[in-house]
Amino acid sequence: MTKALRTPRGLITAILLLLLAVLPLLTQALDQRYLLSIGTRIVIWSIAAISLNMILGYGGLVSFGHAAFFGTGGYAVGILAANGITSGWIQWPVAILAGALWATVIGALSLRTRGLYFIMITLAFAQLVYYVGAGLEAYGGDDGLNITRSRFGGMIDLRDKAAFYWLCFILLCATLWFCGRMANSRFGLVLRGAKANDLRMTALGFPVFRYRLAAFVIAGAFGSLSGILLANEGAYISPAMMSWVKSGDLIVIVVLGGMGTLFGPIYGTIAFFVLEETLKPLLDLGHRGWGEYWQIVFGPMLVLIALYARGGLDSLLGRRHG
Amino acid sequence: MAEPLLSTDRLIKRFGGLVATDSVSIDVKAGEIHALIGPNGAGKTTLLSQLTGNLRPDAGTIRFAGREVTHVPMHARARLGLARSFQITSVLREFTALDNVALAVQAHSGHSFRFLSDARREPGLREPARRLLAEVGLEGRADTLASALSHGEQRQLELAMALAGDPKLLLLDEPMAGMGPEESHRMVGVLQGFKARRAMLLIEHDMDAVFQLADRITVLVYGRAIASGAPADIRANPDVRQAYLGDEAA
Repeated sequence: MTKALRTPRGLITAILLLLLAVLPLLTQALDQRYLLSIGTRIVIWSIAAISLNMILGYGGLVSFGHAAFFGTGGYAVGILAANGITSGWIQWPVAILAGALWATVIGALSLRTRGLYFIMITLAFAQLVYYVGAGLEAYGGDDGLNITRSRFGGMIDLRDKAAFYWLCFILLCATLWFCGRMANSRFGLVLRGAKANDLRMTALGFPVFRYRLAAFVIAGAFGSLSGILLANEGAYISPAMMSWVKSGDLIVIVVLGGMGTLFGPIYGTIAFFVLEETLKPLLDLGHRGWGEYWQIVFGPMLVLIALYARGGLDSLLGRRHG
Repeated sequence: MAEPLLSTDRLIKRFGGLVATDSVSIDVKAGEIHALIGPNGAGKTTLLSQLTGNLRPDAGTIRFAGREVTHVPMHARARLGLARSFQITSVLREFTALDNVALAVQAHSGHSFRFLSDARREPGLREPARRLLAEVGLEGRADTLASALSHGEQRQLELAMALAGDPKLLLLDEPMAGMGPEESHRMVGVLQGFKARRAMLLIEHDMDAVFQLADRITVLVYGRAIASGAPADIRANPDVRQAYLGDEAA
């Protein structure tokens, strides 16, 4: 641990995590509540990005439908809440299970394809979920639905912004821990080996499909967790949370941060949100509504990353070992 | 007589109008090296791919280790003890040599649905992997990335991976491809060392190596096995000389 702190990567990562850990104290001291809400979204999106990285980064499977899991998590919580089941003890496991089940269905079908077909099928499934969400008139249809936040019988009040933030942060740490262990486990090595050369792995005797499906299901479960948190953050669900644009944003975040690295998705999420929040007001200085087009500046930055920093932001922190 | 370790019965594989494997019946007995030779495009790799399960034959059957495996999937055949090396070097480039072999060992040591413990610290995977690296002469390169190994070393690594799990039969697709004379010579030595313990089906263009190693040779031309027999018989066979060996064997 102390050894890791001596590298620039270790030091920067430690500082970032420390800042995230004490963010509610900072924003309170600075009286900047809005910052805490951005921070909360960064933490939640980091969980989603890490879960996508499990299949995209470690598995080499470009899933273009990961926002669907925002939907499975969010809508499971929202639909249960709308029907009077507000206990998080019930909602959250159901929502995670829903994500895992949906991932099993998508994975079982899409993992039989490769390359562009895989991208298209995962996108198609996510669009399917999107339109199902938009068609649920009883739950707000296109407009979405205001929900009551999950209740944990007095243990924690999710309406308390700081408490909710810390809950998200703890779940982010748990997700990181799991992903870090998984990456170097037997399972992780099979997944990474199959990314490098799936024919070789099959010839060695690995039923690659099963391992990939398992990875997909795990990623779906963690993705759903981020959806649960997203729904509770705004006390609101809508089909927009699972639009294909969000799936694209998640891919951008993972690529930007560094595919197949443990902390890359967090760097990517922070960069994405910080750039959005700074470029928008900057471009709006002339009051001409240019802020909406912040991605015009963000796009070329991505191109530069793609051209000159193949490993994403993570690679800018120096070489990795192991 | 005991059943051969591997046998095919009138195997046929067509690609459109082309018959790539034309009613081929061959076998490999325990403990022997059977070499498969033939000009480019004769269908050697296609035949090998059907044996491993990467390609499905259109007709005919494959038996291995006493059971029919014609429809057994590739990964399951590997577990039955059928290992292959690839014509085009097919190691995991971004892993170290030791990681490559440890993964091969892992494939034969239970399932890999283990998510939390560090596989690189499992002595049950690392130690056999180190022994296999030593067996092919790569013990000094354990921690080198596979992509940084020389071509010959990658071929050796490929072999070490195929040896994991103690396969009954090794299918070697041009193990000497792209090697210089010295590397080839070393590889022949390594393969000779295994000969007593493992049966091999060997595809190779290096005729010196083939005649040094093989107990039996089958000649494939346009998907058909035109001759099969001891090296001396093959060398003397006029059809083979005309179809394949040409002046080389004269």
